[in-house]
Amino acid sequence: MADFYFNLPLWFRSLVQGLAVIAVIFPIAGMCSMAERKVSAWLQGRPGPNRALPFWFAWVPVVGPLLQRLGIFHVMADGGKMLFKEDSLPGHVNKFYFILAPIIAMMPALTTVTTVPFGAYFDVAGNVIPLGLARVDIGLLAVFAVSSLGVYSLILAGWASNSKYPFLGGVRASAQLISYELAMTLSVIPVFLWINAPGQPGTMSLARAVEFQSQPGLLGGAWFIFIMPVAALIFLVSLFAETNRHPFDMAEGEADLVGGFHTEYGAFKWGLFFVAEYSHMLIGSGVFTLLFLGGWNPLPWVTLSQLAVWLHVAQLPLVVGVLSIAIFLAKVLALIFFFMWVRWTVPRFRYDQVMEIGWKKLLPLAIANLIAYAIGIAVLQK
Amino acid sequence: MAQLLFNCFAAFTVVCAAGVVLNKNVVNAAMCLLLSLVGVAGLFVALNAYLLAFLLLLVYAGAVVALFLFIIMLLDTKGDQQPGLKHLSLVARILAFALVAGGFVSFFMRSQLPEPALATTPALGAELKLYAYQLFTTYLLPVQVLGFLLLIAMIGVIVLSKKFAATEDAK
Repeated sequence: MADFYFNLPLWFRSLVQGLAVIAVIFPIAGMCSMAERKVSAWLQGRPGPNRALPFWFAWVPVVGPLLQRLGIFHVMADGGKMLFKEDSLPGHVNKFYFILAPIIAMMPALTTVTTVPFGAYFDVAGNVIPLGLARVDIGLLAVFAVSSLGVYSLILAGWASNSKYPFLGGVRASAQLISYELAMTLSVIPVFLWINAPGQPGTMSLARAVEFQSQPGLLGGAWFIFIMPVAALIFLVSLFAETNRHPFDMAEGEADLVGGFHTEYGAFKWGLFFVAEYSHMLIGSGVFTLLFLGGWNPLPWVTLSQLAVWLHVAQLPLVVGVLSIAIFLAKVLALIFFFMWVRWTVPRFRYDQVMEIGWKKLLPLAIANLIAYAIGIAVLQK
Repeated sequence: MAQLLFNCFAAFTVVCAAGVVLNKNVVNAAMCLLLSLVGVAGLFVALNAYLLAFLLLLVYAGAVVALFLFIIMLLDTKGDQQPGLKHLSLVARILAFALVAGGFVSFFMRSQLPEPALATTPALGAELKLYAYQLFTTYLLPVQVLGFLLLIAMIGVIVLSKKFAATEDAK
């Protein structure tokens, strides 16, 4: 079975793997929109969506009503609605860019997946082999570079809509995303200063970051969130801003901008913006997990290999692979829950406050943090 | 395969670059610039300079062109206003034309470069550590000069955009 697969041509395997990852990301992103409604309801003490039910499912005892109350079928109902709703095209828009914007929103969101490793297994010699679509040495840089292209979807959507609220949303989005990219990039430099110890080949690989968090010893096994809490905080706040999540969702701001950049959009194009937003969140949470939360290691100071030995599955690459992906996904989904928790708890910032936090607080803090860790690491690794 | 990809990216870059100059609509021109930069990044990847490719995407495609679009949208320029030919712009045009002509002449005169010894040429753009090492040793002076230039630009922006209380009082 495995031999047959590895004998297939490389392009075919890449295609299958890529499609498989997209086939996982897309439904999770869709489910996240459902989870958002359910979590918000839970946080606000109301039942949330609990009505939709295919009629034949009502005959299934226990499971049917349970799934109905969980609102599982609303995802399908929503998806169906998005597909079959009339996709109206307002007369005053720039048609080319209006249609292009949601497509551009999806492209970086799905392209960045290629460089994010999401699991690991052990080969015969016991080495950890990361699972990912492409094993690139400049992993994080690639993620930053490609995801930074996502800003064009907001700008173009705002501009092409040719009406004032989307336009303001687009302008706000472009300024905000560029501002927080700086703090975000600076916040991860200490991590890579720590990883690129003298005498080792320079790397920006995310898998290497996880490898560094699964060493023996008190310092080696600690997740980077314990070693570099300030960097993790800056990265997390910037992640909220970069993914346009509340309390930084200036681009939408329904109180002052109706719907922001997507005011003029409806049906499937609107849906694409949302799947893209959740895909960005998924990938951002994935990068945060890899950098600061130990990646596929189950607990701090407990590595995947130790867990595999305890469970007596270290010799089964398939089981270890699935186990590592499950641990990784659990962490990512917990982070997504955190995103939602914050959204339904904290009020939105004003736009000037967003700019002030970005430029006057986070950026100096990130620079100070970088200098402090550069000195500390130079002393420690000397 | 690699050669074909290189040629495709090269053609794509040139076509998009022409689009930047020839487009009447400023937003279209900016988007062509973006595509052209993506094409150059593709060229870097074809040359195994992955680091440079992603740096180009991160800095220019991700931030600089986004800022261009930001400014274009704020100013809301229409492509049809043609200001009269001033002396300064005439000089600038002649200079620009001379530069392009000079470039073409030198291209046709000396386009045959000696074949580089590939085995001994270090791939500086491919690896992070090599690149950084060169940046902080061989090319330290240019880096410092560029940093100083950017600092001047930054201070200039602050001076131009900030209203100083003292000068307000003097009026």
